[in-house]
Amino acid sequence: MKFGILVNEGPFTHQASDSAYLFAKAAIAKGHEVTRVFFYHDAVNNSNKHSAPQSDDRNLVKLWSELGTEHGVDLVVCVAAALRRGITDDLLAEGFNISGLGQLIEVGIEADRLVTFGD
Amino acid sequence: MSNDIKMLHTVNKSPFERNSLESCLRLAKDGSAVLLIEDAVYGALLNTSVSDQVAARTGNLRVCVLGADLNARGLADKPLIDGVEIVDYGGFVDLACEHDTVQSWL
Amino acid sequence: MADDYDDDDDGPEVVKRFMFVNRKAPYGSIYALESLEVVLISAAFDQDVSVVFMDDGVFQIKKGHDTDGINMKNFSKTYRALDGYDVEKLYVEAESLAARGLTEEDLIVDVEVLSSSALSDLMNSQDVVISA
Repeated sequence: MKFGILVNEGPFTHQASDSAYLFAKAAIAKGHEVTRVFFYHDAVNNSNKHSAPQSDDRNLVKLWSELGTEHGVDLVVCVAAALRRGITDDLLAEGFNISGLGQLIEVGIEADRLVTFGD
Repeated sequence: MSNDIKMLHTVNKSPFERNSLESCLRLAKDGSAVLLIEDAVYGALLNTSVSDQVAARTGNLRVCVLGADLNARGLADKPLIDGVEIVDYGGFVDLACEHDTVQSWL
Repeated sequence: MADDYDDDDDGPEVVKRFMFVNRKAPYGSIYALESLEVVLISAAFDQDVSVVFMDDGVFQIKKGHDTDGINMKNFSKTYRALDGYDVEKLYVEAESLAARGLTEEDLIVDVEVLSSSALSDLMNSQDVVISA
């Protein structure tokens, strides 16, 4: 089955990004395809390569990058939400790309399921 | 109106703070599934002020709770409302597959 | 980006039923504004779009917003523009409206007021539900 995932929160204030990541990993482990994760609202902060959590904390930006590169998951950061929050191309971790909100609607059309994580 | 579609509803808010669970239970049709994750896992506990609201629907909804979120909050030793199933992330994925649409009550 | 879907006058290849469920009050958080942006974009994809206002989301379409004193953009008039984007199916849950002391007269756009049970039927007929 093809999954699309919408994430609406950043990696530190809410649990949503972690839940989304664990769901994506579990879906892939079960042999499903996660075609795209769309990062909206404060979730655009999941893409910031300068994010430096303490050493005993998980590094979600890195985990997303690995998921994206190892499993071909398209990690899309919403351009309008990103610009508001100062997230630009040069800040993106590997595997992320900035694109329009149309990518969210498109994955809604193409995926079998769209699952939202937010606050 | 086509009623063939089966829905999975996820809720992630504590029912003691927000109305997401209440709204979900109001809108969820019989035969749907409800999965409590993150802070909504408190809604799965027995003997709380919201237990009756949830228990009233366990007969016609499949109510599940994410075990990892229960454990994280120290709730593994607390009794759950009768009929509430504990699932892991793989079970969450299965629920999403078995239902046609997923609505998140944020 | 919509090219794959609307490049052909015979209509889009795939038309899904998209429902956007707005449950948050405006201004106190950004969700109402950014969710409205998604609805506007969805119009470009020629999908079957419904927009629901329930719980505190009904406050998004209360008449008479004046944000001069709070430094924020008043986006409430954009709801009126939805019609121009062919987003015409706007629904409000009756119970949410009543619980907040509002009536249809208080709203900035024409909506269809549905009972919880009618809204539940409608929600259960969708292909994709996006909520904030």
